[in-house]
Amino acid sequence: MTVYMRCLLSLFSLLAAALLLSACAKKLTFQGSDISDSQIGQNFTLQDQHGKPRQLSDFQGKVVVLFFGYTSCPDVCPTTLAELRTSMQQLGDAAKEVQVLFVSVDPERDTPQLLAQYVPAFNPSFIGLTGSKAQIDETVKAFRAVYQKQGNGPHYTVDHTAGTYLIDRNGQTRVLVNYGAGAAVFTHDIRQLLEQ
Amino acid sequence: MLKAAFAGAALLCATTLSYAHGFTVGDLTIQHPWARATAPAAKNAGAFMLIKTTKDDQLVKVDSDIAEKTELHEMKMADGVMKMSPIASLPVTVAAPAKLAPGGYHVMLLGLKRPLVAGEKFPLKLTFAKGGVVEVQVKVEDMTYQPKDDAHSGH
Ligand SMILES: [Cu+2]
Repeated sequence: MTVYMRCLLSLFSLLAAALLLSACAKKLTFQGSDISDSQIGQNFTLQDQHGKPRQLSDFQGKVVVLFFGYTSCPDVCPTTLAELRTSMQQLGDAAKEVQVLFVSVDPERDTPQLLAQYVPAFNPSFIGLTGSKAQIDETVKAFRAVYQKQGNGPHYTVDHTAGTYLIDRNGQTRVLVNYGAGAAVFTHDIRQLLEQ
Repeated sequence: MLKAAFAGAALLCATTLSYAHGFTVGDLTIQHPWARATAPAAKNAGAFMLIKTTKDDQLVKVDSDIAEKTELHEMKMADGVMKMSPIASLPVTVAAPAKLAPGGYHVMLLGLKRPLVAGEKFPLKLTFAKGGVVEVQVKVEDMTYQPKDDAHSGH
């Protein structure tokens, strides 16, 4: 084998390695459902628990975890928020680059004051969002989620989409994590998006 | 030797403690009835527990003074939406204990008269078709509490 050929060969293998690496960097595997191609979730305007207007674009650069719920929710919401709390602990320092948003689907009862009693109790960094019915309906629709008030009088409940959306640093919705998946699934998929 | 005996005794105590929060009446044993603490202005909450029996029975009614309405509920996932609806009764058999856990069945407290505060307990009356009325003390856990052993048993 000539020196020239040997050189060419090593060049090829280098090139192949580089190609392989770049392919790896692009291919993300999620434990939740990959909904990158669905184009769902647009910008919204809602108010946080301090009454401050908030838009999805405010969190650009962070991985956003978005969940629909209500503070009088007996099961799904506290379970999910508790899992996210655990996930933030698992992420450690990287959690600073993650923003959890809890969007209320109960604007009648969930005032910013009530959200302030509830959402940050799980993690001080979590933000609760509410708004007018029209603002909430628009947000729910943008994420192709649903909610439905059940029962009359003051003790009604609200059925709602139980999945959690993961949005990448560029504002693109990437993953839907099903209810009850557990903190480890959140941690895995959030890490994938952080390292992207 | 003495050290080992102490360690053994300590272990025994710990084991006893973990089962301490349970209620046995007749054939029925209700283990760890619990609810999550609620935000001060929240209106509803769920209560969970494990009901074992040595004779097949049915839970037919739930009552409490802490809420305006107390119902037995079932959660079901339909097209990604968690739907909650009242059920008339829940079978408790020797072969299959009744598991009230997140994602499955729960006692629904509608219209809380006061918030549930972590560390407190409140009474809950369970009426069984054969076993009659059993009153348990529901332990209020932290708002962030996640049951370890039966976290996703409701599926
Ligand atoms: Cu319920």
